[in-house]
Amino acid sequence: MSRPMPDATIATAGEGVRDILPAMIACVPIAALFGALAVGKGLSIAEAGLMSILVFAGGAQFAALELWTYPVPVLALALSTLLINARHVLMGASLVPKVGGFSWLQRIAAAWCLTDEAWALAERRALGRQITPSYWFAVAGLLPLVWIAATFLGAWLGSFLGDPRRLGADFAFTALFIGLIAGLWRGRATGITIVASAAASALVYVVLGPPWHVAAGAAAGITAAACVAPSGRAAS
Amino acid sequence: MSVDPTTLAAIVAMAVVTYATRIAGFLLADRLVLRGRAKAAFDAIPPAVLVAVIAPTALATGWQETLAAAVTILAALRLPLLATVAVGVLAVVALRAAA
Repeated sequence: MSRPMPDATIATAGEGVRDILPAMIACVPIAALFGALAVGKGLSIAEAGLMSILVFAGGAQFAALELWTYPVPVLALALSTLLINARHVLMGASLVPKVGGFSWLQRIAAAWCLTDEAWALAERRALGRQITPSYWFAVAGLLPLVWIAATFLGAWLGSFLGDPRRLGADFAFTALFIGLIAGLWRGRATGITIVASAAASALVYVVLGPPWHVAAGAAAGITAAACVAPSGRAAS
Repeated sequence: MSVDPTTLAAIVAMAVVTYATRIAGFLLADRLVLRGRAKAAFDAIPPAVLVAVIAPTALATGWQETLAAAVTILAALRLPLLATVAVGVLAVVALRAAA
């Protein structure tokens, strides 16, 4: 087909919105929690909001709050952010074969709104078909907007929010990820990957503390998958 | 609504590092042709990373969180994403209340 297909583009974007909607809802309490905790750490509402606008990486932002002191340890924060977000390199690389229709400009913009949630949903969709720009920018572009708005809301509400643990809001992130992982299940190899990653991550978290557990768990899971895979060119 | 210069520097540093990680994969992957073990390793990236992020909460925080994670896994096998999140959050609230 050489003619543009606006109807199909809109339909694809609609599918992206439908796919990301649960994550958008789930991220409201998490972003609000981030905003409230940030203000509790001494950041202003503007600073908390600015971090969500410029960084919008939940894990790295929560880890930054763990490390946050005054004077602000800029290098430690940058290093922690690099370690936690190093997974983006692998995520972006794994998307490349699935976004063949993207121009370079679209790739630069696509990378800008790359998040765990959008990527996991795009990977799931890519099991069956190519990812189009209209799907990606719907599935990836909306989440940062919700994340930013809810951060400002949470920062503003601040101490009025009460103890977020009482509401279980701190567990929403974990539950969301479990749901995303279940969607990526592809048999025995996935199970081995999960067990290796979980064990290494939890162990390193206990022994060394954050943020090393992310890199350790990812490395263990990837290594385990490579070890159990049939070697050489016979593999499909 | 104030922004401290050092705080701004930290946020900008975090943002630059984060965008670098986001774009790097798109720039590097064009040179990779994967098969065999390398392909298996690449395919394992998604679950390996997601599990690594949540494993401390699920396994090394408390028995309530571990049990709630187990309940969430059961929910994830048969429910849509948002229902899975709801089951997980309700489970952790109930278990913490029971403790």
